[in-house]
Amino acid sequence: MKLTELPAFAPGLVTGVIDTHDGDLISNRLRELGFVDGEPVRVVGRGPIGADPLLIQIGFTRFALRRSEAARVMVEQAA
Amino acid sequence: MDTLTIALVGNPNCGKTALFNQLTGARQKVANYAGVTVERKQGHFIAPSGRKVQVLDLPGTYSLDAMGPDEIITRDICLGRREGETMPDLIVCVADATNLRLHLRFVMEVKRLGRPMILALNMMDAARKRGITIDTAKLEAELGVRVIETVAVKANGTADLVAHLDANVAPHVPDIRETGDLHGDVRRILNAAVVMPQRTSLIDDRLDGILLNPFLGIPILMVIMFVVFQAVFTWATPAMEAIEASMAWLGGVVTQTLPDGLLKSFIADALIGGLGAVIVFLPQIIILFFFILILEESGYLPRAAFLLDNLMSKAGLTGRSFIPLLSSHACAIPGIMATRSIHDIRDRITTIMIAPLMTCSARLPVYALLIGAFLPNTKVFGFLSFQGLVLFAMYITGIFSGLMVSLVIALFRKDKSEHPLIMELPSYRLPHVKNLAIGLGERAMIFMRRITGIIFTVNTLLWVASTFPGKPEGGTLPNIDYSFAGMVGHWIEPIFAPIGFNWQICVALIPGLAAREVAVSALGTVYAISGSDDTVATQLGSLISSQWTLATALSLMAWYVFAPQCLSTLAVIRRETNSWKMVGVTAGYLFALAYVAAFITYQITHFFVGH
Repeated sequence: MKLTELPAFAPGLVTGVIDTHDGDLISNRLRELGFVDGEPVRVVGRGPIGADPLLIQIGFTRFALRRSEAARVMVEQAA
Repeated sequence: MDTLTIALVGNPNCGKTALFNQLTGARQKVANYAGVTVERKQGHFIAPSGRKVQVLDLPGTYSLDAMGPDEIITRDICLGRREGETMPDLIVCVADATNLRLHLRFVMEVKRLGRPMILALNMMDAARKRGITIDTAKLEAELGVRVIETVAVKANGTADLVAHLDANVAPHVPDIRETGDLHGDVRRILNAAVVMPQRTSLIDDRLDGILLNPFLGIPILMVIMFVVFQAVFTWATPAMEAIEASMAWLGGVVTQTLPDGLLKSFIADALIGGLGAVIVFLPQIIILFFFILILEESGYLPRAAFLLDNLMSKAGLTGRSFIPLLSSHACAIPGIMATRSIHDIRDRITTIMIAPLMTCSARLPVYALLIGAFLPNTKVFGFLSFQGLVLFAMYITGIFSGLMVSLVIALFRKDKSEHPLIMELPSYRLPHVKNLAIGLGERAMIFMRRITGIIFTVNTLLWVASTFPGKPEGGTLPNIDYSFAGMVGHWIEPIFAPIGFNWQICVALIPGLAAREVAVSALGTVYAISGSDDTVATQLGSLISSQWTLATALSLMAWYVFAPQCLSTLAVIRRETNSWKMVGVTAGYLFALAYVAAFITYQITHFFVGH
């Protein structure tokens, strides 16, 4: 599923980042920042308007990702 | 003794700047790299053995692969490829011990450069507090890089690093053990050397739970901003009164001791009357910067960007624009330079174009003078200063106009593809006194340098233009009416008459083109020269309140919301965008808005209040 569909605070694991088009710079940056296969990830907050952006905890770092950005990250719910 | 040159590199938020401040203290020089808009920070210190160490603080970046200007500069300097820069003898890679998963990846990238390096493992105190155990010996073995623990915010927190730099250890080039999979390597090293009890700090979780709460977040942000602007007005009062009193005393001494003549007029009118009118605002500017620095240091600013991103993206901006726009409230120049952190060129241009609309501290003297002179100093609800409220409204007007302009720009933009946000929210930190003091000292120096440089020069020219050629035989009006400045003021008065500006304001606006606050010192000089010889216009406020109408005062305030009266801002726009067209478009639209806003304000006030 997409990171945007992961329930709040539910532990997830990144399975990959998809490119929406060739040479997708946003996806590249996400991979550089550690959104790679096997990293534990959680949604820990949402913006006040339209629940956008999302507050994402990956490893020990927090990122603000717009929903369109988070939708590039594929995850599975961890047990 | 030989000089050692080191370069500090690291991710954003690794505490690199704090480390730089701790090492070099106030001995720093901030400039730009030639030809590009990347900040160059250099400083030095003398190690205990007497060895001089030159420290270069390189821009914080997440990667050396990406093609942004920051990344290119960082890589080129580390490799000694940049012309005019000496290759550093040693790269000190700084990593936040509480955020190693992200930062170690960058360390591995730096390692690949094949240059002598060491790793400064920063914020070790915070890591220990969170129960993070790092086996530095193992980390060293796994990385193949010397690891030194630092606590950049403590006075003795860099002792080990300094000792290492002082010990003249032969710089060590790490062996590169390539596997191609940086993230895999990082995970392997972390598993071997680091024990993490918990994913995040409890404090961050709790604070984000409150400060980023969907319902409380924005109200809290509003309250914080509101408190800041109230404080600017109320806390500064005692210091301002003291400065005013000492200026008045100085003026008195000068007028009583010096013989009548040009020298007396110059000292009393141009120096004390002119510069004194501006220096009074130093306390307010320091208080404003104090809050901005605290918000920046504590890690709250990116949170504010998070809260406002959705709203700002609807106005054609990004949450990232918040930080440059907030800095622009202190001064548009650092604000426009801070737009470098906006990666999307469209967002960056829009932010640059509206940055001059944010109420910079140079407008503060103008607003404070007019509000103080024309609006009652009453309390609203018994505790809020009415004048503070009006000042707050002036700030809101600036912000609102900026959002409107940005909407219009978005409408005209052709490329409507996705704009990225992707922003790290660093851990909360207690602001550190030393960093605050260095930051405030820098700002106060810049302000004083402006006063003694631009403002002094312009004001002296104005004094000359307002004093000569002098009164003709049988002239009955004050001297200034016959001077060059007076003539020019009378010539251009018709252009500004529809917005209620008298010729004295017109005279003050001309030097005021150089910098906004000059208009206040210029008014001080103009009225001092027009006045009787024995008084110095230290009380400019009471003087204008008896001579101007309320409509004129409000119109001048409206003018100042928009008018791009700051050559330095226009120069920095030119530098950051590399385009004279951008300068022309920005200055043009701002002057047009200024005239329209002042016209409407003047006509409406005049209609309702008369005079």
